[in-house]
Amino acid sequence: MSWVTKTLSSTIGRKLIMALTGLFLILFLTGHVAGNLQLLKSDGGEAFNIYAKFMTTNPAVKLLSYLTYISIIGHVIFSIWLSKTNRAARPVGYGVSTPPSTTISSRNMGILGTIILIFIVVHMQSFWYQMHWGDIPFVTYDGVEYKDLYSIVVFAFQNVWMVIGYVVAMAFLAFHLSHGFASAFQTLGLNHAKYSPAIALIGKIYCIVVPILFASMPVYIYFTQS
Amino acid sequence: MKLTLKIWRQKNASDKGAFVTYPIDGISTDMSFLEMMDVLNEELAIKGEDPVHFDHDCREGICGMCSLYINGHPHGPQQTTTCQLHMRSFSDGETITIEPWRAAAFPVVKDLVVDRGSFDRIIQAGGYVNVNTGGVPDANEIPIPKRVADEAFDSATCIGCGACVAACKNASAMLFTSAKISQLAMLPQGQVERMSRAEKMVAQMDDEGFGACTNTGACEAECPKGISLTNIARMNREYFSASVKSENV
Repeated sequence: MSWVTKTLSSTIGRKLIMALTGLFLILFLTGHVAGNLQLLKSDGGEAFNIYAKFMTTNPAVKLLSYLTYISIIGHVIFSIWLSKTNRAARPVGYGVSTPPSTTISSRNMGILGTIILIFIVVHMQSFWYQMHWGDIPFVTYDGVEYKDLYSIVVFAFQNVWMVIGYVVAMAFLAFHLSHGFASAFQTLGLNHAKYSPAIALIGKIYCIVVPILFASMPVYIYFTQS
Repeated sequence: MKLTLKIWRQKNASDKGAFVTYPIDGISTDMSFLEMMDVLNEELAIKGEDPVHFDHDCREGICGMCSLYINGHPHGPQQTTTCQLHMRSFSDGETITIEPWRAAAFPVVKDLVVDRGSFDRIIQAGGYVNVNTGGVPDANEIPIPKRVADEAFDSATCIGCGACVAACKNASAMLFTSAKISQLAMLPQGQVERMSRAEKMVAQMDDEGFGACTNTGACEAECPKGISLTNIARMNREYFSASVKSENV
Protein backbone atom coordinates (compact mmCIF):
# COMPACT_ATOMS: atom_id res chain seq x y z
CA MET A 1 0.00 0.00 0.00
CA SER A 2 1.29 3.44 -0.79
CA TRP A 3 1.31 6.05 1.95
CA VAL A 4 -1.75 7.72 0.41
CA THR A 5 -3.95 4.61 0.47
CA LYS A 6 -2.53 3.66 3.86
CA THR A 7 -3.47 7.04 5.31
CA LEU A 8 -6.89 7.17 3.70
CA SER A 9 -7.80 3.63 4.73
CA SER A 10 -6.93 4.23 8.40
CA THR A 11 -9.89 5.06 10.63
CA ILE A 12 -8.74 8.70 10.81
CA GLY A 13 -8.12 8.85 7.05
CA ARG A 14 -11.57 7.51 6.33
CA LYS A 15 -13.00 10.13 8.66
CA LEU A 16 -11.02 12.73 6.67
CA ILE A 17 -12.82 11.61 3.51
CA MET A 18 -16.15 11.83 5.37
CA ALA A 19 -15.32 15.37 6.54
CA LEU A 20 -14.08 16.65 3.18
CA THR A 21 -16.95 15.19 1.15
CA GLY A 22 -19.39 16.36 3.82
CA LEU A 23 -18.06 19.91 3.75
CA PHE A 24 -18.16 19.93 -0.05
CA LEU A 25 -21.79 18.79 0.08
CA ILE A 26 -22.50 21.61 2.55
CA LEU A 27 -21.05 24.03 -0.02
CA PHE A 28 -23.21 22.38 -2.68
CA LEU A 29 -26.32 22.74 -0.49
CA THR A 30 -25.56 26.43 -0.04
CA GLY A 31 -25.40 26.99 -3.79
CA HIS A 32 -28.39 24.74 -4.41
CA VAL A 33 -30.61 26.57 -1.95
CA ALA A 34 -29.51 29.99 -3.15
CA GLY A 35 -30.19 29.16 -6.81
CA ASN A 36 -33.49 27.45 -6.16
CA LEU A 37 -34.80 30.42 -4.21
CA GLN A 38 -35.66 31.69 -7.69
CA LEU A 39 -38.60 29.27 -7.52
CA LEU A 40 -40.17 31.74 -5.10
CA LYS A 41 -40.10 34.54 -7.71
CA SER A 42 -43.51 35.22 -9.20
CA ASP A 43 -42.33 35.40 -12.83
CA GLY A 44 -43.88 32.18 -14.10
CA GLY A 45 -40.58 30.39 -13.68
CA GLU A 46 -38.54 32.46 -16.15
CA ALA A 47 -35.58 33.14 -13.86
CA PHE A 48 -35.59 29.53 -12.65
CA ASN A 49 -35.67 28.03 -16.15
CA ILE A 50 -32.83 30.28 -17.36
CA TYR A 51 -30.87 29.30 -14.25
CA ALA A 52 -31.63 25.58 -14.82
CA LYS A 53 -30.27 25.81 -18.37
CA PHE A 54 -27.13 27.54 -17.12
CA MET A 55 -26.64 24.89 -14.45
CA THR A 56 -26.89 22.03 -16.96
CA THR A 57 -24.78 23.53 -19.74
CA ASN A 58 -22.03 25.66 -18.16
CA PRO A 59 -18.74 23.66 -18.19
CA ALA A 60 -17.57 24.98 -14.79
CA VAL A 61 -20.89 23.97 -13.24
CA LYS A 62 -20.53 20.57 -14.95
CA LEU A 63 -17.20 20.06 -13.23
CA LEU A 64 -18.73 21.03 -9.90
CA SER A 65 -21.64 18.67 -10.48
CA TYR A 66 -19.25 15.76 -11.07
CA LEU A 67 -17.48 16.68 -7.83
CA THR A 68 -20.87 16.64 -6.13
CA TYR A 69 -21.71 13.17 -7.48
CA ILE A 70 -18.29 11.89 -6.38
CA SER A 71 -18.78 13.48 -2.94
CA ILE A 72 -22.18 11.86 -2.44
CA ILE A 73 -20.91 8.44 -3.56
CA GLY A 74 -17.68 8.80 -1.54
CA HIS A 75 -19.56 9.95 1.56
CA VAL A 76 -21.86 6.90 1.30
CA ILE A 77 -19.14 4.33 0.57
CA PHE A 78 -16.82 5.54 3.33
CA SER A 79 -19.68 5.72 5.82
CA ILE A 80 -20.56 2.09 5.07
CA TRP A 81 -16.90 1.11 5.44
CA LEU A 82 -16.59 2.98 8.74
CA SER A 83 -19.87 1.56 10.03
CA LYS A 84 -18.66 -1.97 9.31
CA THR A 85 -15.44 -1.30 11.26
CA ASN A 86 -17.39 0.31 14.08
CA ARG A 87 -19.85 -2.56 14.34
CA ALA A 88 -17.04 -5.12 14.36
CA ALA A 89 -15.37 -3.20 17.19
CA ARG A 90 -18.19 -4.21 19.57
CA PRO A 91 -19.42 -7.70 18.69
CA VAL A 92 -21.15 -8.19 22.06
CA GLY A 93 -23.33 -5.30 23.20
CA TYR A 94 -24.35 -4.17 26.67
CA GLY A 95 -27.34 -5.45 28.59
CA VAL A 96 -28.08 -1.94 29.86
CA SER A 97 -27.00 1.08 27.92
CA THR A 98 -28.10 4.48 29.04
CA PRO A 99 -27.28 6.97 26.32
CA PRO A 100 -24.87 9.47 27.84
CA SER A 101 -25.09 13.20 27.34
CA THR A 102 -24.68 13.00 23.58
CA THR A 103 -27.08 14.26 20.93
CA ILE A 104 -29.56 11.98 19.17
CA SER A 105 -28.18 13.21 15.83
CA SER A 106 -24.61 12.27 16.65
CA ARG A 107 -25.63 8.74 17.62
CA ASN A 108 -27.77 8.20 14.52
CA MET A 109 -25.82 9.79 11.67
CA GLY A 110 -26.00 6.55 9.66
CA ILE A 111 -29.79 6.26 9.88
CA LEU A 112 -30.25 9.96 9.11
CA GLY A 113 -27.84 9.65 6.19
CA THR A 114 -29.67 6.61 4.80
CA ILE A 115 -32.98 8.47 4.83
CA ILE A 116 -31.32 11.44 3.11
CA LEU A 117 -29.82 9.11 0.50
CA ILE A 118 -33.26 7.66 -0.27
CA PHE A 119 -34.54 11.22 -0.57
CA ILE A 120 -31.69 12.13 -2.95
CA VAL A 121 -32.53 9.18 -5.22
CA VAL A 122 -36.23 10.13 -5.37
CA HIS A 123 -35.35 13.82 -5.75
CA MET A 124 -32.92 13.21 -8.62
CA GLN A 125 -35.39 10.93 -10.37
CA SER A 126 -38.07 13.64 -10.09
CA PHE A 127 -36.09 16.58 -11.42
CA TRP A 128 -32.46 15.86 -12.36
CA TYR A 129 -33.37 12.86 -14.53
CA GLN A 130 -36.34 14.72 -16.08
CA MET A 131 -34.14 17.73 -16.90
CA HIS A 132 -31.50 15.61 -18.61
CA TRP A 133 -33.42 12.82 -20.30
CA GLY A 134 -37.10 13.26 -19.51
CA ASP A 135 -39.94 14.35 -21.77
CA ILE A 136 -40.03 17.99 -20.81
CA PRO A 137 -41.99 20.93 -22.35
CA PHE A 138 -40.17 23.93 -23.79
CA VAL A 139 -40.72 27.65 -23.24
CA THR A 140 -39.27 30.60 -25.13
CA TYR A 141 -37.94 33.77 -23.51
CA ASP A 142 -36.65 36.51 -25.84
CA GLY A 143 -36.48 34.09 -28.76
CA VAL A 144 -34.37 31.51 -26.90
CA GLU A 145 -35.78 28.05 -26.12
CA TYR A 146 -35.54 26.73 -22.58
CA LYS A 147 -36.64 23.48 -20.98
CA ASP A 148 -39.57 24.29 -18.71
CA LEU A 149 -38.28 22.60 -15.56
CA TYR A 150 -40.39 25.02 -13.56
CA SER A 151 -43.60 23.39 -14.81
CA ILE A 152 -42.27 19.97 -13.76
CA VAL A 153 -41.49 21.34 -10.29
CA VAL A 154 -44.91 22.98 -9.96
CA PHE A 155 -46.63 19.80 -11.13
CA ALA A 156 -44.67 17.65 -8.65
CA PHE A 157 -45.58 19.87 -5.72
CA GLN A 158 -49.30 19.76 -6.45
CA ASN A 159 -49.13 16.38 -4.74
CA VAL A 160 -49.51 16.94 -1.02
CA TRP A 161 -47.63 13.72 -0.19
CA MET A 162 -44.67 14.90 -2.22
CA VAL A 163 -44.69 18.17 -0.24
CA ILE A 164 -44.92 16.34 3.08
CA GLY A 165 -42.14 13.97 1.99
CA TYR A 166 -39.88 16.89 1.15
CA VAL A 167 -40.54 18.70 4.41
CA VAL A 168 -39.87 15.54 6.43
CA ALA A 169 -36.70 14.82 4.45
CA MET A 170 -35.48 18.34 5.19
CA ALA A 171 -36.09 17.74 8.90
CA PHE A 172 -33.81 14.71 8.70
CA LEU A 173 -31.27 16.80 6.78
CA ALA A 174 -31.39 19.38 9.57
CA PHE A 175 -30.56 16.76 12.19
CA HIS A 176 -27.80 15.28 10.02
CA LEU A 177 -26.27 18.74 9.54
CA SER A 178 -26.67 19.70 13.19
CA HIS A 179 -23.98 17.15 14.02
CA GLY A 180 -22.17 16.91 10.70
CA PHE A 181 -21.26 20.56 10.26
CA ALA A 182 -19.16 21.04 13.42
CA SER A 183 -18.08 17.39 13.46
CA ALA A 184 -16.36 17.77 10.08
CA PHE A 185 -14.17 20.56 11.44
CA GLN A 186 -13.30 18.51 14.53
CA THR A 187 -12.26 15.59 12.28
CA LEU A 188 -10.06 17.92 10.22
CA GLY A 189 -8.34 18.78 13.49
CA LEU A 190 -9.76 22.29 13.58
CA ASN A 191 -10.52 22.52 17.27
CA HIS A 192 -9.48 25.86 18.66
CA ALA A 193 -10.60 27.95 21.59
CA LYS A 194 -11.05 30.97 19.29
CA TYR A 195 -12.80 29.39 16.32
CA SER A 196 -14.64 26.29 17.53
CA PRO A 197 -17.45 28.22 19.25
CA ALA A 198 -17.96 30.22 16.03
CA ILE A 199 -18.00 27.04 13.93
CA ALA A 200 -20.51 25.47 16.31
CA LEU A 201 -22.73 28.56 16.14
CA ILE A 202 -22.57 28.78 12.33
CA GLY A 203 -23.36 25.06 12.19
CA LYS A 204 -26.43 25.50 14.39
CA ILE A 205 -27.69 28.40 12.27
CA TYR A 206 -26.90 26.61 9.01
CA CYS A 207 -28.67 23.38 9.98
CA ILE A 208 -31.84 25.33 10.74
CA VAL A 209 -31.88 28.00 8.03
CA VAL A 210 -30.92 25.93 4.97
CA PRO A 211 -33.39 23.05 5.50
CA ILE A 212 -36.17 25.57 6.28
CA LEU A 213 -35.44 27.45 3.05
CA PHE A 214 -35.47 24.18 1.12
CA ALA A 215 -38.71 23.05 2.77
CA SER A 216 -40.33 26.41 2.12
CA MET A 217 -40.12 25.86 -1.67
CA PRO A 218 -42.54 22.91 -2.03
CA VAL A 219 -44.81 24.43 0.63
CA TYR A 220 -44.90 27.80 -1.14
CA ILE A 221 -45.56 26.22 -4.53
CA TYR A 222 -48.29 23.97 -3.11
CA PHE A 223 -50.18 26.89 -1.60
CA THR A 224 -49.66 29.44 -4.40
CA GLN A 225 -49.86 27.33 -7.57
CA SER A 226 -52.80 25.02 -6.93
CA MET B 1 -28.82 -0.67 52.03
CA LYS B 2 -30.49 -3.58 50.35
CA LEU B 3 -29.63 -4.06 46.71
CA THR B 4 -30.14 -6.44 43.82
CA LEU B 5 -27.01 -7.01 41.75
CA LYS B 6 -27.26 -8.24 38.17
CA ILE B 7 -23.72 -9.30 37.36
CA TRP B 8 -22.22 -10.66 34.15
CA ARG B 9 -20.69 -14.07 34.89
CA GLN B 10 -18.45 -15.73 32.33
CA LYS B 11 -16.16 -18.67 33.14
CA ASN B 12 -13.51 -17.89 30.54
CA ALA B 13 -12.91 -16.23 27.18
CA SER B 14 -14.69 -18.97 25.24
CA ASP B 15 -17.70 -19.26 27.59
CA LYS B 16 -20.88 -17.57 26.39
CA GLY B 17 -21.63 -15.93 29.73
CA ALA B 18 -24.88 -14.68 31.24
CA PHE B 19 -26.26 -12.34 33.88
CA VAL B 20 -26.65 -13.77 37.39
CA THR B 21 -28.74 -11.99 40.01
CA TYR B 22 -27.47 -11.67 43.58
CA PRO B 23 -29.44 -10.05 46.40
CA ILE B 24 -27.21 -8.23 48.90
CA ASP B 25 -28.04 -6.66 52.24
CA GLY B 26 -26.33 -4.58 54.92
CA ILE B 27 -24.41 -2.31 52.55
CA SER B 28 -23.34 1.00 54.05
CA THR B 29 -23.73 4.16 51.97
CA ASP B 30 -20.13 5.03 52.93
CA MET B 31 -18.74 1.92 51.26
CA SER B 32 -17.00 2.27 47.96
CA PHE B 33 -18.43 0.29 45.07
CA LEU B 34 -15.52 -2.13 45.18
CA GLU B 35 -15.97 -2.67 48.93
CA MET B 36 -19.56 -3.61 48.18
CA MET B 37 -18.19 -6.11 45.63
CA ASP B 38 -15.81 -7.42 48.32
CA VAL B 39 -18.78 -8.01 50.65
CA LEU B 40 -20.55 -9.92 47.91
CA ASN B 41 -17.46 -12.02 47.22
CA GLU B 42 -17.02 -12.87 50.90
CA GLU B 43 -20.60 -14.11 50.98
CA LEU B 44 -20.03 -16.14 47.83
CA ALA B 45 -16.81 -17.59 49.24
CA ILE B 46 -18.57 -18.65 52.45
CA LYS B 47 -21.25 -20.35 50.37
CA GLY B 48 -18.50 -22.11 48.43
CA GLU B 49 -19.34 -20.34 45.19
CA ASP B 50 -16.86 -18.85 42.74
CA PRO B 51 -16.36 -15.16 43.65
CA VAL B 52 -17.00 -12.49 41.01
CA HIS B 53 -13.74 -11.58 39.32
CA PHE B 54 -13.12 -7.89 38.69
CA ASP B 55 -10.07 -5.71 38.11
CA HIS B 56 -8.81 -3.33 40.79
CA ASP B 57 -5.49 -2.20 42.19
CA CYS B 58 -4.74 1.12 43.88
CA ARG B 59 -8.33 1.99 44.84
CA GLU B 60 -7.23 5.63 44.86
CA GLY B 61 -8.43 6.58 41.38
CA ILE B 62 -4.98 6.88 39.87
CA CYS B 63 -3.97 3.50 38.47
CA GLY B 64 -6.65 2.91 35.83
CA MET B 65 -7.08 -0.74 36.74
CA CYS B 66 -10.71 -0.78 37.86
CA SER B 67 -13.37 -0.93 35.22
CA LEU B 68 -17.02 -2.12 35.40
CA TYR B 69 -19.90 -0.89 33.26
CA ILE B 70 -22.46 0.01 35.91
CA ASN B 71 -26.10 0.74 35.03
CA GLY B 72 -25.20 1.76 31.50
CA HIS B 73 -22.19 3.91 32.39
CA PRO B 74 -18.50 3.05 32.54
CA HIS B 75 -17.42 3.56 36.17
CA GLY B 76 -21.07 4.11 37.10
CA PRO B 77 -23.21 7.23 37.41
CA GLN B 78 -20.46 9.59 38.64
CA GLN B 79 -17.65 10.91 36.47
CA THR B 80 -14.98 9.09 38.45
CA THR B 81 -13.31 5.71 38.63
CA THR B 82 -15.28 2.76 40.03
CA CYS B 83 -13.02 2.63 43.10
CA GLN B 84 -13.91 6.25 43.91
CA LEU B 85 -17.63 5.60 43.41
CA HIS B 86 -19.55 5.27 46.68
CA MET B 87 -22.75 3.47 47.47
CA ARG B 88 -24.41 6.78 48.40
CA SER B 89 -24.68 7.31 44.62
CA PHE B 90 -27.31 4.55 44.62
CA SER B 91 -30.66 4.32 46.34
CA ASP B 92 -31.86 1.62 48.70
CA GLY B 93 -33.58 -1.24 46.91
CA GLU B 94 -32.02 -0.38 43.57
CA THR B 95 -31.10 -3.00 40.97
CA ILE B 96 -27.53 -2.47 39.79
CA THR B 97 -26.41 -4.05 36.53
CA ILE B 98 -22.67 -4.69 36.32
CA GLU B 99 -21.04 -5.63 33.01
CA PRO B 100 -17.52 -5.82 31.65
CA TRP B 101 -16.18 -3.28 29.11
CA ARG B 102 -17.50 -4.38 25.72
CA ALA B 103 -15.09 -4.16 22.80
CA ALA B 104 -13.52 -6.61 20.36
CA ALA B 105 -10.14 -5.23 21.41
CA PHE B 106 -10.97 -5.85 25.11
CA PRO B 107 -11.78 -9.57 25.22
CA VAL B 108 -13.39 -10.83 28.43
CA VAL B 109 -10.95 -12.93 30.46
CA LYS B 110 -13.37 -13.93 33.22
CA ASP B 111 -16.56 -12.38 34.60
CA LEU B 112 -15.90 -8.62 34.66
CA VAL B 113 -12.19 -8.80 33.86
CA VAL B 114 -11.20 -7.76 30.35
CA ASP B 115 -7.78 -7.89 28.70
CA ARG B 116 -6.70 -4.31 28.03
CA GLY B 117 -3.38 -5.39 26.54
CA SER B 118 -4.38 -3.62 23.33
CA PHE B 119 -3.79 -0.30 25.14
CA ASP B 120 -0.31 -1.48 26.16
CA ARG B 121 0.49 -2.36 22.56
CA ILE B 122 -0.63 1.10 21.39
CA ILE B 123 1.75 2.65 23.95
CA GLN B 124 4.54 0.27 22.90
CA ALA B 125 4.05 1.35 19.28
CA GLY B 126 5.08 4.94 19.98
CA GLY B 127 4.19 6.27 23.41
CA TYR B 128 7.78 6.85 24.50
CA VAL B 129 10.63 9.36 24.16
CA ASN B 130 14.32 8.72 23.58
CA VAL B 131 16.59 10.39 26.12
CA ASN B 132 20.35 10.48 26.55
CA THR B 133 21.67 8.45 29.41
CA GLY B 134 24.09 10.05 31.85
CA GLY B 135 23.75 12.31 34.82
CA VAL B 136 20.41 13.54 36.07
CA PRO B 137 19.56 16.70 34.08
CA ASP B 138 18.89 19.91 35.98
CA ALA B 139 15.26 20.69 36.64
CA ASN B 140 13.71 23.20 34.24
CA GLU B 141 16.69 22.94 31.92
CA ILE B 142 14.35 22.96 28.94
CA PRO B 143 12.07 26.01 29.06
CA ILE B 144 8.43 25.04 28.56
CA PRO B 145 5.68 27.67 28.74
CA LYS B 146 3.36 27.09 31.71
CA ARG B 147 0.30 26.90 29.46
CA VAL B 148 1.90 24.18 27.32
CA ALA B 149 3.07 22.25 30.36
CA ASP B 150 -0.42 22.41 31.86
CA GLU B 151 -2.05 21.28 28.63
CA ALA B 152 0.38 18.39 28.21
CA PHE B 153 -0.25 17.43 31.82
CA ASP B 154 -4.02 17.50 31.26
CA SER B 155 -3.55 14.94 28.49
CA ALA B 156 -1.12 12.96 30.62
CA THR B 157 -3.70 12.52 33.37
CA CYS B 158 -5.27 9.76 31.24
CA ILE B 159 -4.96 6.59 33.32
CA GLY B 160 -5.72 4.25 30.43
CA CYS B 161 -8.72 2.63 32.10
CA GLY B 162 -10.64 2.22 28.84
CA ALA B 163 -13.85 3.96 29.91
CA CYS B 164 -13.71 5.94 26.65
CA VAL B 165 -13.79 2.71 24.64
CA ALA B 166 -16.54 1.32 26.86
CA ALA B 167 -18.66 4.46 26.47
CA CYS B 168 -18.15 4.93 22.73
CA LYS B 169 -20.87 3.51 20.50
CA ASN B 170 -18.09 2.47 18.11
CA ALA B 171 -15.75 1.13 20.84
CA SER B 172 -13.20 3.64 19.57
CA ALA B 173 -9.91 4.18 21.39
CA MET B 174 -9.34 7.62 19.94
CA LEU B 175 -9.63 9.54 23.20
CA PHE B 176 -7.01 7.31 24.84
CA THR B 177 -4.65 7.26 21.84
CA SER B 178 -5.03 10.99 21.27
CA ALA B 179 -4.24 11.79 24.91
CA LYS B 180 -1.11 9.64 24.73
CA ILE B 181 -0.01 11.22 21.45
CA SER B 182 -0.82 14.72 22.73
CA GLN B 183 1.06 14.55 26.03
CA LEU B 184 4.32 13.96 24.14
CA ALA B 185 3.64 15.97 20.98
CA MET B 186 3.25 19.18 22.98
CA LEU B 187 6.54 18.89 24.85
CA PRO B 188 10.06 19.52 23.50
CA GLN B 189 11.14 16.07 24.72
CA GLY B 190 8.59 14.46 22.44
CA GLN B 191 9.70 16.07 19.18
CA VAL B 192 12.21 13.44 18.05
CA GLU B 193 9.60 10.72 17.48
CA ARG B 194 6.72 13.11 16.89
CA MET B 195 5.84 12.02 13.36
CA SER B 196 6.58 8.31 13.68
CA ARG B 197 4.67 8.26 16.98
CA ALA B 198 1.44 9.53 15.41
CA GLU B 199 1.74 7.13 12.50
CA LYS B 200 2.63 4.05 14.55
CA MET B 201 0.16 4.57 17.40
CA VAL B 202 -2.76 5.20 15.02
CA ALA B 203 -1.77 2.14 12.94
CA GLN B 204 -1.61 0.01 16.10
CA MET B 205 -4.96 1.37 17.28
CA ASP B 206 -6.54 0.31 13.98
CA ASP B 207 -4.81 -3.09 14.06
CA GLU B 208 -6.25 -3.80 17.49
CA GLY B 209 -9.76 -3.55 16.07
CA PHE B 210 -11.04 -0.39 17.75
CA GLY B 211 -13.74 1.57 15.94
CA ALA B 212 -13.60 5.07 14.47
CA CYS B 213 -14.75 8.35 15.99
CA THR B 214 -18.19 9.84 15.34
CA ASN B 215 -17.48 12.89 17.52
CA THR B 216 -20.47 12.14 19.74
CA GLY B 217 -18.50 13.15 22.84
CA ALA B 218 -19.61 10.15 24.92
CA CYS B 219 -15.97 9.39 25.80
CA GLU B 220 -15.33 12.88 27.11
CA ALA B 221 -18.56 12.78 29.13
CA GLU B 222 -17.62 9.48 30.79
CA CYS B 223 -13.85 9.91 31.19
CA PRO B 224 -13.00 9.83 34.91
CA LYS B 225 -10.07 12.16 34.23
CA GLY B 226 -11.95 14.65 32.04
CA ILE B 227 -9.76 14.14 28.97
CA SER B 228 -11.15 16.48 26.33
CA LEU B 229 -12.07 16.00 22.67
CA THR B 230 -9.48 18.62 21.72
CA ASN B 231 -7.00 15.75 22.06
CA ILE B 232 -8.71 13.87 19.22
CA ALA B 233 -8.55 16.94 16.97
CA ARG B 234 -4.86 17.26 17.86
CA MET B 235 -4.23 13.59 17.08
CA ASN B 236 -5.90 14.04 13.69
CA ARG B 237 -3.66 17.05 12.97
CA GLU B 238 -0.59 15.10 14.11
CA TYR B 239 -1.58 12.13 11.99
CA PHE B 240 -2.36 14.11 8.84
CA SER B 241 0.81 16.17 9.05
CA ALA B 242 2.90 13.07 9.82
CA SER B 243 1.39 11.27 6.82
CA VAL B 244 2.19 14.18 4.53
CA LYS B 245 5.63 15.08 5.89
CA SER B 246 7.23 11.85 7.07
CA GLU B 247 9.68 9.95 4.89
CA ASN B 248 7.73 6.69 5.26
CA VAL B 249 6.57 6.06 1.69
